Amino acid sequence: MTPSTPDPLDSDDPRPRRPGRRQLLLAGTAGAGVLGVGAAAIGLDRSLQGPAPSAAPALHGNETVPFHGEHQAGIETPAPASATFLALDLREDVDREGLLRLLRLLTDDAARLTQGRSALADTEPELAAEPAALTVTVGFGPGLLERADREIPAWLAPLPAFEIDALQEQYTGGDLLLQIAAEDPLTVSHAARMLLKDARAFTRVRWVQRGFRRSPGIQAPGSTMRNLFGQMDGSANPQLGSEHFAKVVWIDEGPFAGGTSMVIRRIRMELDGWDEADRAAREQSTGTRLADGAPLSGGSEFSQPDFEAVSENGFAVIPEFAHLRRARGVDEGEHQEIFRRPYNYDVPPPAGSTAISEAGQLFVAFQADLAGQFVPIQQRLADLDLLNQWTTPIGSAVFAIPPGCAEGEFVGQSVLE
Amino acid sequence: MSRTTQFRTSRPGSLSRRAALTFLIALPLAACSAGSGDGADASADDASDSGAADATAADTLTVTDPWVKAAEEGMTAAFGTLVNGTGADLVLIAVTTPATERVELHETTADGSGGMSMQEKEGGFEIPAGEELVLEPGGNHIMLMDLPQPLLPGDEMELTLVFSEGTEHPFTATVKDFAGAQEHYVPEDAENTSDGGGEHAGHGADE
Repeated sequence: MTPSTPDPLDSDDPRPRRPGRRQLLLAGTAGAGVLGVGAAAIGLDRSLQGPAPSAAPALHGNETVPFHGEHQAGIETPAPASATFLALDLREDVDREGLLRLLRLLTDDAARLTQGRSALADTEPELAAEPAALTVTVGFGPGLLERADREIPAWLAPLPAFEIDALQEQYTGGDLLLQIAAEDPLTVSHAARMLLKDARAFTRVRWVQRGFRRSPGIQAPGSTMRNLFGQMDGSANPQLGSEHFAKVVWIDEGPFAGGTSMVIRRIRMELDGWDEADRAAREQSTGTRLADGAPLSGGSEFSQPDFEAVSENGFAVIPEFAHLRRARGVDEGEHQEIFRRPYNYDVPPPAGSTAISEAGQLFVAFQADLAGQFVPIQQRLADLDLLNQWTTPIGSAVFAIPPGCAEGEFVGQSVLE
Repeated sequence: MSRTTQFRTSRPGSLSRRAALTFLIALPLAACSAGSGDGADASADDASDSGAADATAADTLTVTDPWVKAAEEGMTAAFGTLVNGTGADLVLIAVTTPATERVELHETTADGSGGMSMQEKEGGFEIPAGEELVLEPGGNHIMLMDLPQPLLPGDEMELTLVFSEGTEHPFTATVKDFAGAQEHYVPEDAENTSDGGGEHAGHGADE
């Protein structure tokens, strides 16, 4: 897998595909046409043999995602099941030289752990043995660049205050971001702990957010995730490995060339209120069918929505307030795209609360041009989106993701040196 | 980035940080006692006759995953795994480093009261041909004392292994914040009883 094309399985199929053992095992039943000959043959073999009662289950523990490359892993790589997002603040006396030491340590840890090797001075090396497609992605907040005496891009700042926001300090901002994700929560927990131990001399934890997606082996690779509202979420994403993706996500010039911008917003989902909405109202709110994510104008999940379509009553089939219509800028004549890589969260309700749940989404989006791509979409949704009735952004942070690094380099070296 | 560094031999002197970060460093084979034809040299010659690939694998002393516990002052220790691929038995008799003049080789043994104590290893560590010496917290280690300057997390530190037959093997270790390695030191003088690499070491910064 070369750094520039993390997904080697390029095809016309609009759905992102997830390489790895799972894909091989699924190939026999999920259509092997786009797979390499070898992979297809293996899949076919297995399907012809039928399920052998004694066959060992497919294991995902040994899956690895390359760490070094043109871009950092964890963006244009399939989103694994479990993720921890850490925002760290630099201690007051950490200078530029200290920052470089910190980043060298974190890079070394990440390079080892993602490949299934224990970190240097890892006190639980056995927990590193199953990397489970672990990725570690590093992001810089404005405070870090200031400390490093480097120019802060104009866009690297808190998002404009949107009317829908009810931000809590505890989920906002940060000097340094670590996105740690794998197919296994134990792997993620160990990696996070190891990275935090090496960051401790330089940073304090600002916030920790954990999220989950479907476990491996549950759905065909590349399937669009459903959020806790039951909606297909991410159908419009550019396909991993495509030129389209590169255009949407990767910055092409300047110090962050090969990197991107990242937005992470904690979106509380009012599940109690959602319970009151009937199925028709739910589908109207997004403009898509719950069953398969297809636009209400018809077709399948990836069909182009027909925003001109009107019902017998003369109303737009995909209503003016529908999330899909608003996100696409149909009525403003605009069109921007971002790449979403969200995780769900479901945590205990606050102590003393009568709520039965506290849940939502860690909305994570990557885009080359934060101001030109993300902000207009978010502004439109803040202005009008029926989904806002059941969602509240309670956290928000923006980070600059430096490009990937080669062996012997540290993450962010090209930005900071 | 791999922290496995290989040295085919002995060239006292410093390595740049850049070089230390490089995946693999191979230095030309040359004993300090040039032309002496001692055991290590002889076996090296034998191995190189059998092919370049074998020579690379067989003629090296390898230091795998070397690291040093961060310390603000006082003492600390260096760890890692020394793999003797030279084909000859080696005895590690000393370690030198620009970081401090006072370095000792220590072994850790049961102190008879349920704990472990560390003390200087008489005569150094023998590393038979083909075997490895593991230096780790709670076990054998390289003791660094009387640090004139703090060793900060993320620093790269140069050390040189000195073997009994006169060869030297430089390597670079990463300084790591580490809570363990709190072995009690059995001192010759009471002033050194505190573990300078203790619980606050390396938490650096502003604590």
